[in-house]
Amino acid sequence: MNDAPAIHVRGLSKRFGQLLAVDHVGLDVPRGRVYGFLGPNGSGKSTTIRMLCGLLTPTEGEIEVLGLRVPQEAEALRRRIGYMTQSFSLFADLTVGENLEFIAEILGVPRERKRARIAELMDRYRLADRRQQLAGTMSGGQKQRLALACAVMHEPELLFLDEPTSAVDPESRREFWEALFELTDAGTTLLVSTHLMDEAERCHRLAILDRGQLVADGTPGALTGALEGRAFLVESDDPRRAQHALSGAPDVLGVAQVGHALRLLADAGQGDGFAAAVEQRLREAGQVARLRPTPPNLEDVFVAATHPGGQERAA
Amino acid sequence: MNGRRLWAIMQKEIRQLRRDRITLAMIMLMPILQLVLFGYAINLNLRGLDAAIADQAQTSASRALVMDMLATGVIRPVATARTPEEVVDLIRRGRINVGVVIPPGFEARKLDGRPAAQVLVDGSDATVAGAAAQLAQTPVDSRLPDAHAPYASTPPVPRIVVTSFYNPERRSAINIVPGLIGVILTMTMVLFTAIAIVRERERGNMELLIATPLTSTELMLGKVLPYVLIGLVQTTVILALGRWLFDVPIRGGLLDVYLAALLLIASNLTLGLLISSRAQSQFQAMQMTFFIFLPSILLSGFMFPFSGMPRLAQWIAELLPLTHFLRLIRGVMLRNAGLLDLWGDALALVVFIAVMMAGAILRFRKRLD
Repeated sequence: MNDAPAIHVRGLSKRFGQLLAVDHVGLDVPRGRVYGFLGPNGSGKSTTIRMLCGLLTPTEGEIEVLGLRVPQEAEALRRRIGYMTQSFSLFADLTVGENLEFIAEILGVPRERKRARIAELMDRYRLADRRQQLAGTMSGGQKQRLALACAVMHEPELLFLDEPTSAVDPESRREFWEALFELTDAGTTLLVSTHLMDEAERCHRLAILDRGQLVADGTPGALTGALEGRAFLVESDDPRRAQHALSGAPDVLGVAQVGHALRLLADAGQGDGFAAAVEQRLREAGQVARLRPTPPNLEDVFVAATHPGGQERAA
Repeated sequence: MNGRRLWAIMQKEIRQLRRDRITLAMIMLMPILQLVLFGYAINLNLRGLDAAIADQAQTSASRALVMDMLATGVIRPVATARTPEEVVDLIRRGRINVGVVIPPGFEARKLDGRPAAQVLVDGSDATVAGAAAQLAQTPVDSRLPDAHAPYASTPPVPRIVVTSFYNPERRSAINIVPGLIGVILTMTMVLFTAIAIVRERERGNMELLIATPLTSTELMLGKVLPYVLIGLVQTTVILALGRWLFDVPIRGGLLDVYLAALLLIASNLTLGLLISSRAQSQFQAMQMTFFIFLPSILLSGFMFPFSGMPRLAQWIAELLPLTHFLRLIRGVMLRNAGLLDLWGDALALVVFIAVMMAGAILRFRKRLD
């Protein structure tokens, strides 16, 4: 297997008028892995993906995808990548079969392979009994499977998926991710953007984007591991008042209610006495509460990475 | 350019069109409706204008004059009047368009050479006024002038004789139906392609298409070619109905008619593509189409004669494909001219097509920005 990264990006920026949508992003995406872009809406995920596919021209920076310079060599790249757009972009007024045939022709699947390839994809993505159905009349999950089938029609080496499952139910989402892992098993590199934490957890490696900037990059384990000892559950009789008492404290990066408890993320560099100190502070505010350490999750990573000053970067 | 991808785009367009029942119906109904509307309603050679006649002379000569006027078929008596005042009142109330007044002194006036009778016209409609003017040409005295009577007033003999070729009966349908092919093709063809690409952009299909190896030329041609067929179908419908309903002849070669139609179809489709590459929404594309359509109708010579227009309007008209098509199609269908006789206008259309297509392909970028 080729050891060179599938995607190599340095200093990538995109400006739309006054707005700097992507701000000097640099990343390396290894081959044969699921690489996630995690970030809220408007953080520059889609813009970055579109620049990587050669659909948008970068304002600044270098992109190399599968060894090809983008956007200069984008045409050659298009034969080797698949792209699943954020919104359903197949033809609603064509049937499932017609959509697949159209894509096979456009992507140049050899004529003798076409029939077998379409049958194989319809079988794998459970579309066979929908062949005659108009694509526009299918459910969200079915549309996603059709879009995936079309995106991988020509067996691309690299697949871009822009928020592939934000519009489908959890059951379909799990099934969809199984399909994605099948693709990585076959050696395909996947770049998936998402704003869903549970989806981000499935990625082999993650880049967290916030307001166009890359604020964290690493495996989910390494990212959460870096926050070990800083996440707590706060149990109290009146979580809402406790939350009110704690928010704005300089040593607390974030407090969020989770059911009856509060989830608290401490700022870096807090000692062992932190939990007791917070309990004491709550007692002074008339709240009886108990802090329990809890394993950090990606939401904590996200809060820590996007907190102003929470990241050790030039202010 | 890859034939397989081109065909895939065409096939997709045809499939989508086949499922769009309303558009399909409009493609067929529009030519029929317009042909019937224009053919029957727009009749520049008016006949049967509502009229009233006040014959105050009541002599045999005055009655003969009235009979002559009625015999032209231009007027049709619908009301009675005895005095000029009654006639004026009828016109004012909109009961009649034309009134004829023959004063009591008709015979005497005829001899003195004073105006012997009066035609009153509702001039608020210029077409009606023009038609009624024919009535004034009716000879007041139907007797032949006597060569041996030098004192008798001789009726004016026209010194210039107008001979109308190709449409001696001056039927408007003969003029309008060939032009209507052009008008309908301009309306439908520009709009269809103008919308075709914008729609894909609006529905998000374009992002998928441009991320594939598909080239701009394949996309443009593949979207346009199916509509060529539709344009030819529309041409055939108008030709057949024109023949059947209005007896419009096709004096020139049928091949020339279809070649001229093909030139106009291609001009309009490529113009539509150029609009499509500019417009951001289907609504914008539609507005741009009408921006082109209105001058086409008004300046091309379809409604008003080209030669009567101011110089500036003529220059603008020369830029519109419909102007050149009208000259071609009227020449071929009515005057039995060949396309070679009219090569100037044919060439103008070819140049138009080349410029529009190049413009559309150059403007279309496989980019989102």
